[in-house]
Amino acid sequence: MNDAMRSFCAALLLTTIGTTLAPATALATVRAPLPAPRAAATTMSRVPEGWYRPLYSVAGARRVHVKAFALDRIPVTRGAFLQFVQAHPQWARGTVLRVFAQSRYLADWPSASSAGSAVDLERPVTGVSWFAAKAYCAAVGKRLPTLDEWELVAAASESRRDASGDGAYRRRLLALYAARKPGAPPSIANTPANAYGVRGMHGLVWEWTLDFNSIVVADDSRASGSGQDARDHHLFCASAAIGASDVTDFPAFARYAVRAGLTARSTISGVGFRCAADHPV
Amino acid sequence: MLPFHLSAPRTPMARMLLELALVVLALLAIVGLAGCGAPVDAAEANAASGVPIRTPSSEVIGEEVAVLTTAPAVPAPITRTHATKVIVNLDVIEQTMRLADGVEYNMWTFGGSVPGSFIRVREGDQVELRLKNAANSTMPHNIDLHAVTGPGGGAKSSLTLPGGESVFTFAALNPGLYVYHCATSPVPMHMANGMYGMILVEPKAGLPKVDREYYVMQSEFYTTGAFGAKGLQTLDMQKGIDERPTYVVFNGSVGALTGEKALQAKVGERVRLFVGDAGPNLTSSFHVIGEIFDNVYQEGGTSATQHNVQTTLIPAGGSAIVEFGVEKAGDLILVDHSIFRAFNKGALGILHVSGPDDAKVFASIKGLGVGGE
Repeated sequence: MNDAMRSFCAALLLTTIGTTLAPATALATVRAPLPAPRAAATTMSRVPEGWYRPLYSVAGARRVHVKAFALDRIPVTRGAFLQFVQAHPQWARGTVLRVFAQSRYLADWPSASSAGSAVDLERPVTGVSWFAAKAYCAAVGKRLPTLDEWELVAAASESRRDASGDGAYRRRLLALYAARKPGAPPSIANTPANAYGVRGMHGLVWEWTLDFNSIVVADDSRASGSGQDARDHHLFCASAAIGASDVTDFPAFARYAVRAGLTARSTISGVGFRCAADHPV
Repeated sequence: MLPFHLSAPRTPMARMLLELALVVLALLAIVGLAGCGAPVDAAEANAASGVPIRTPSSEVIGEEVAVLTTAPAVPAPITRTHATKVIVNLDVIEQTMRLADGVEYNMWTFGGSVPGSFIRVREGDQVELRLKNAANSTMPHNIDLHAVTGPGGGAKSSLTLPGGESVFTFAALNPGLYVYHCATSPVPMHMANGMYGMILVEPKAGLPKVDREYYVMQSEFYTTGAFGAKGLQTLDMQKGIDERPTYVVFNGSVGALTGEKALQAKVGERVRLFVGDAGPNLTSSFHVIGEIFDNVYQEGGTSATQHNVQTTLIPAGGSAIVEFGVEKAGDLILVDHSIFRAFNKGALGILHVSGPDDAKVFASIKGLGVGGE
């Protein structure tokens, strides 16, 4: 059994645990209402249906269709996540169940109840597990974006919705990844909006997707999605190039490698998330 | 049993011929059977074929933590005469480091240096490799050691996210000098950013005694700015694809082996260089100006396959061991003799030889090199 398979199985198991335990823990807590989100038009972008070319795809499916959806314009901030954990203490540092998060959950925060300075509150939240990200999105009436949804929007530059074949854009992405500073992610304020009006897809943090490691993709949707191969691909050495749609897409290889290394419990200082919805919420 | 009946031969000559024919037939039958996969003794087959099927040591005694060194230093030769369990603690650290004067680069490193820590184990050792990726890393990393017999050279078992640790174990079956490197996708980026080093699996009988051992590794950097352009440089992917390096260096930076950091030896000493070529693209025409390699273990194997060599070819992802006695005081200059790389891209190092001069080895008689005129 290889690593990817192991993490796949572990995550599948944990997903099962999660779906059985999560409602119980939610019921056990008095649910404080979250502050009403700002007008949907300002926090989410509508993304019309479209096609994109995944790095890895099932044989024959060179382009993947993505239905219209809505995506948060910015990653979830520490401030927003702080409100979430205040309303749902079972997701606070120290009380979160170990099956849902590794030990470094929200480790960058000064304490379980403080996410840092006013500047810190505007940074993307990181060090959150997939379980926590999924719970957050559910709490605000949204969901995590699928890998295909995320990648469709990530292919957009400031001026073009599909900049995937644009060498200059790709070079910029690689420079952005390379220039990432370990530690606190930069402020969201300075990141430009792409053609969908979405900001910070590349310059801030790696982001969770619903099916980051194909963990919740059902058999039937694999046929039209790109998730299937992520867990089986030998994302090491030159064999990663086998089956890739574009071997010069280094930024995409890097993203897939990160996802391949994640389990649903991972709490990595460089991994955050944003939420999606079928319709703007 | 022959499948036909033989009537008695009528003459002695005929009998002799028949006997000869029978012997030949019997020999053919034996050879034929062996070729058809009849069971034969494995050890005998190993010895006979020259292609051994290796087995891990049956007896592994004790445990020790490997002493790792930063280039150009090499861990001391192994004096043990038995196999042991060797724990190798290798930390992946991403950090901004000097590439040349005034030029910096976000290096991804094994052990905080480029090239990464030198690992020395003994043939037959059982190695436990513990790969930690620093919590503040931006990328997942893994390790592929060319000394490993196993999936991905270990890479398949070691994809490690920031803050994580992977552990795998392998038998050091084959002796030799091996490159290791990160193999996380996209592997060219991880290697171009500095993720490589070397592991020596010392033969059971050891290597011949020398006075000095050094670790030298050649590699390329592909930067957005031109050679010498100041400031923080980042990877230029297109230059990498085109195999047009901005820098070709020994030990991770321009000047890593010059000035105060030059290698040192004394007249009359024997020097061994463990030389690796990380690539990511180029092969090295490794040469030491003013010296001749007495022994070359080509491609990092365990036999001194060649003697009296001027320049040895080192493949990307490969190595060579060179040995020479130093007979003359002065500076020996390490280069990749693809000479633009040395002159214009940084592939230069110095081995400073101190001690009494011997004019019989070399002396200037007339010309600019001679004092006074």
